[in-house]
Amino acid sequence: MSAADFNAAITKFKAAVGEKYVFTSDEDVALYRDAYSPMWGTPQELLASAAVAPDTVEQVQAIVRAANEHKIPLYPISTGKNVGYGGSAPNLHGSVVLDLKRMNRILEVDDRRGFALVEPGVAYFDLYRHIQEKKLKVWIDCPDPGWGSLIGNSLDHGVGYTFGAFRDHFGSHCGMEVVLPNGEIMRTGMGALPGAKTWQDYKYGFGPYVDGLFGQGNFGIVTKMGFWLMPEPEAYQSGYVSVPKRHDIIALVDHVNYLEHIGLIGQPNYSSPLGRTQRNEPDLRALVGKAGGPSDEELDRFGAAKGIPSWEVELQFYGPAKTVAANWEYARERIGASIPGSTFRDGHSYRFPMTDEQKAAVEHKVAVGIPAMSIFSIGARSELNPSPTDGHLWFAPIIPKTGEAILESQRAFAKVYQEFGLNVGGIFQTPATWIYRAFVMIVGMPVSRSNKEINAKSMAAFKRVVEVAAEHGWAEYRSPPAFADLVADSYSYNDHALRRFNEQLKDAVDPNGIIAAGRGGIWPRHLRGGRKA
Amino acid sequence: MKMRVLALFALMGIATTGFAAAPGKAQQIAEGEKLYKYWCSGCHGPGIGQNGAPYLPGETALRAKYKGAVPGLLHERTDLTPEFVKLFVRQGITIMPFFRKTEIDDQQLDAIAAYLTRNSKTK
Repeated sequence: MSAADFNAAITKFKAAVGEKYVFTSDEDVALYRDAYSPMWGTPQELLASAAVAPDTVEQVQAIVRAANEHKIPLYPISTGKNVGYGGSAPNLHGSVVLDLKRMNRILEVDDRRGFALVEPGVAYFDLYRHIQEKKLKVWIDCPDPGWGSLIGNSLDHGVGYTFGAFRDHFGSHCGMEVVLPNGEIMRTGMGALPGAKTWQDYKYGFGPYVDGLFGQGNFGIVTKMGFWLMPEPEAYQSGYVSVPKRHDIIALVDHVNYLEHIGLIGQPNYSSPLGRTQRNEPDLRALVGKAGGPSDEELDRFGAAKGIPSWEVELQFYGPAKTVAANWEYARERIGASIPGSTFRDGHSYRFPMTDEQKAAVEHKVAVGIPAMSIFSIGARSELNPSPTDGHLWFAPIIPKTGEAILESQRAFAKVYQEFGLNVGGIFQTPATWIYRAFVMIVGMPVSRSNKEINAKSMAAFKRVVEVAAEHGWAEYRSPPAFADLVADSYSYNDHALRRFNEQLKDAVDPNGIIAAGRGGIWPRHLRGGRKA
Repeated sequence: MKMRVLALFALMGIATTGFAAAPGKAQQIAEGEKLYKYWCSGCHGPGIGQNGAPYLPGETALRAKYKGAVPGLLHERTDLTPEFVKLFVRQGITIMPFFRKTEIDDQQLDAIAAYLTRNSKTK
């Protein structure tokens, strides 16, 4: 990119969106840095060269055409709040960030057919407020921080907290509008039919289903997207199941999978009561810290002596009050008859719609479709965490949805974390369960804006743990930009046939490589030599 | 806990209607309050935190930092200056990232700062 081309493109961007929305000063462009970058302040940090913020699809088209003409790399963001996975910074240093935050229109919400059609700048908070104000009888499924974009989150394969079909935010989308790298507008699925009446009802239209190319990809800029919404249920009930022994997790997961896959429960939340007691049990800490780690039998003996179960799962039931109660009773009977020593207790119970006062009192708001920011309690300064870090890198490997895989991955990953002195994961780690048919053994590795040693350690550990995962047949579902090539590199079946196919498509669709170079590990032809792996 | 949340909402109501300012300033403060509630109160407002923790993350953090020397809720503070507010919005702090101008532009940031400093003794 020459200075002349850059300046010419900036002039055209200004003509398209107005001077106010083209950001070129150091002060303004710095706001596009990844606040959680492990490369903060180093020559390797991935920085934008400028940013441009359109308000309409036509403005996006004009920007893309100018970028093509002058071969300017663009990096689209929606609300730019994907912290831990890159935030608003590009994969390719020097890209111009295409900031879609101003495109924040909620175009349609239908609570009879159960869908919404939105622009990229619409946050979960925005759609939730719209639904509440209009008293529509639908729920949204939110990721942890509610300030994220529905489109941005789903395009990064983000996830949520209610029923499996809705927790997969990409899987629950229906229909896209995309500005292609040549500046043309394309609509997918039924949207390709002029005057379609079912753009947000039927995903596939006719012919190949191409929407997947735009998730974690770089084949176009999504400017509208439809999402299916869950009907507001009558009631919610949660119940907790505890099982005593380490290996009881195997039968427990099988039962919970059955309950979930047959449609009786929403997201199950696993935890380890024994693990939670480490803070107050020096003997347990000593046992866990001994050379080679404790055996499962030693942990079972400790738990039995103290009367503390190894595992617990929260089951969440949604639906009519009568069936919710009956389903919880069925779960207790089923698991109680199968796992000796299992115990049960009721959790929270809610009826809908809720008053504002009732909503304020809900402890886990996203479980009932209320967007929140309370997840930032993790890592925030507190009495127990007086010296917080400046963020984290999410390492998010997919493992099978079995108890065996939990036990195997705990020990495999714990070894790496111990080797690097990171206080994450461990033999009591339980999986994140957002994804319907797989577990995620996610950990957040610390980053710092002032201590480069912390960042270097996290980056080295990240690299090693990706390798260890791949050796076990596991890999990440999502990655910070610094590791996109590394993660993509582990998806290497048949000499990287998938990546080679994606890059053939990239060359055909975006020959100048102007859209999100490097995203998903896919680089345009002229940049392939610079992979970070 | 429920009573505490209600009490904090009530406090917020008192705090937001108790000032006397010039009309232009009053309008800016009112706008700032709306923006603060939209952008900041998810972490810095009153309410319970993750899994029933007593406070939201922002209040938890500021209580831990100042140990009672100032209120944990920003809108109850009387020691803030506009420059201090703007610094944290544009630079972030620990796990709180900074905000871009497409999210909160300079004029809106002035309004948020006016709201948070409406009762400040330090000008």
